[in-house]
Amino acid sequence: MADITAFSTSRKDALAAVALIAMLALVPPAAWLLHDPFLVKVATRIVIFSLAAIAINLVLGYGGLVSLCHAGLFGIGGYVVGIAAFHVSEPIHLGPLVLGGSSDLAITLPLAMLVSGLMAMAVGAISLRTSGPYFIMITLAFNQMFYYAAIALQKYGGEDGLQILSTITLFGVDVGNRYRFYYVALAVLALATLLLGRAIGSRFGLILRAAAENETRVVVVGVQPWAYRLVAFTASGVLTGLAGALLAASQQFISPVDMAWDRSGDLVVMAVLGGIATFWGPILGAATFIALELMLSSWTQHWQLVFGLIILAIVVGLRGGLVDLLRLIMPKPAGKTT
Amino acid sequence: MTAALFAEQLLNGIQLGVMLFLIASGLTLVFGIMNFINLAHGSLYMAGGFVAAIVYRYTGSFALAVLVAVPAAAAIGVVMERLVLRRFYGRGHLDQVLVTFALILIMNEGTRMIFGPAPLLIGLPAMLSGSVEILPGVGYPIFRLTILLAGLLVAGLLYLIIMKTRLGMWVRAGASNRPMASAMGVNVPVIFSLLFAVGAALAGLAGIMAGPILSVQVGMGEPILILALVVTVIGGIGSIRGAFIAAVMVGVVDTFGRVLLTPALGSMAIFILMAAILTFRPKGLFPVHG
Repeated sequence: MADITAFSTSRKDALAAVALIAMLALVPPAAWLLHDPFLVKVATRIVIFSLAAIAINLVLGYGGLVSLCHAGLFGIGGYVVGIAAFHVSEPIHLGPLVLGGSSDLAITLPLAMLVSGLMAMAVGAISLRTSGPYFIMITLAFNQMFYYAAIALQKYGGEDGLQILSTITLFGVDVGNRYRFYYVALAVLALATLLLGRAIGSRFGLILRAAAENETRVVVVGVQPWAYRLVAFTASGVLTGLAGALLAASQQFISPVDMAWDRSGDLVVMAVLGGIATFWGPILGAATFIALELMLSSWTQHWQLVFGLIILAIVVGLRGGLVDLLRLIMPKPAGKTT
Repeated sequence: MTAALFAEQLLNGIQLGVMLFLIASGLTLVFGIMNFINLAHGSLYMAGGFVAAIVYRYTGSFALAVLVAVPAAAAIGVVMERLVLRRFYGRGHLDQVLVTFALILIMNEGTRMIFGPAPLLIGLPAMLSGSVEILPGVGYPIFRLTILLAGLLVAGLLYLIIMKTRLGMWVRAGASNRPMASAMGVNVPVIFSLLFAVGAALAGLAGIMAGPILSVQVGMGEPILILALVVTVIGGIGSIRGAFIAAVMVGVVDTFGRVLLTPALGSMAIFILMAAILTFRPKGLFPVHG
């Protein structure tokens, strides 16, 4: 594992997280002032992928495990929302039972979290028996498995993806409105960031980080890292599925493309881009990633080439992500060393 | 399932397995020796296919296409290793994943820039088109049979070199314990560069072989890379024998899975196989490292 020693959950980190969320909260008023509703659409993507990025960072930055199956978990969350909405007009008959669908987020989001969490637990239980490179390859293979499973869902659109036709609500209130949906997603992100920040600072987070740095020592003091890693992986899956569910609800569409393995790579890049040593770094990374993607793709159709070169430059040069860049630019506070 | 269909599918399965072995052998040895995870290995497969397709288009000679494309893939591999990957041997796996992920983006998009998004075709040489009777009344394409035999030949040769020669002994020593091999006087970096070139050449060869069956297109490397990773993991990282057995196993299971099961289960069959094997043997069938 790369040396990630600069972990901290200080007051400064809490402030940084609050500042990022506050900035995101100001996007809709700004969009309204600028008469540019497209901004909200972009910011919604940023919020959703920020959630997925901080989720993957729980296993990546803190657990020291490079997972490449998170796009699969993301898609599972999305498909739960899509399939639940699909059955609004076509209830499932299970013998005498009739199961109606739903497009109310109060029902479908927890359901998406449950299903993706269970899947993450199953994948984790197998993958975490291995470590390092084996873990990377196995999670990659599981991602492909989820991807093909989604393609095989002929009833739900197969390769073409699944359109959500019913109105998305939250406790019966219509949240199809772009601005309203944005604040729902942002509230979810804020809550998840808060929870993650707390988890990282707790005993659980400490063991997770310690096991990533030196597994032997953790085992020697009598702690079994496997169980902690499984909890972290499952929690990460729950949040990633939640992000996928929000994406499906926001674009009223989910397709196997959202589960392709390179999307898992994108999530890793987002986390690393922002800096994996802090719980809020990935939010910065997701925002940068999506902004870059948007700018480069409007500039050239071969933007992926430029993007690849940028990632290459970052991996070669900037070891701690953009957070490092900030530390380089901003003067150190007097009397403190970072 | 009739005996004829069974025989045909079995041959198809072994042929896919042999192709997977060509890719996985490079992957597993690079991995075993340098502990380096190269996700961009599939790009070399793609490079082989594209170079062959272009040479074939302008010369019409399949033999020439093979003769040019294999060294070209090796050369691209060497450039990749010298220019970029070499700096990452000492780094963590996360950095390795990132850098090879970036290389995939660059190679794919670069290829699309040069050759355009449309798939290219490699035609069959007259000598290899047509089919041959494998069982009374059952035809099998000569080209597929040629791939099978060529693959087996290369696999056998590789096996002999790795298992029976001094060079092979150095490679195996490096794969099972690099510091010790270095201490015993094996020049691991040189061996490794050589190995990387050979691995790239084999991946390129597999790309050429796939050309006439599938088509040559951008992004063709990734699905096959993932299959090759599955092979590597099942066989045990660093084990050439494991890679061969696992490759044939994956090829046959995948082919029969698609014929016998529903499409959903069929494409998932090998991943289920992998999960099952790893549940009992987390280090694969033939673990090399202690």
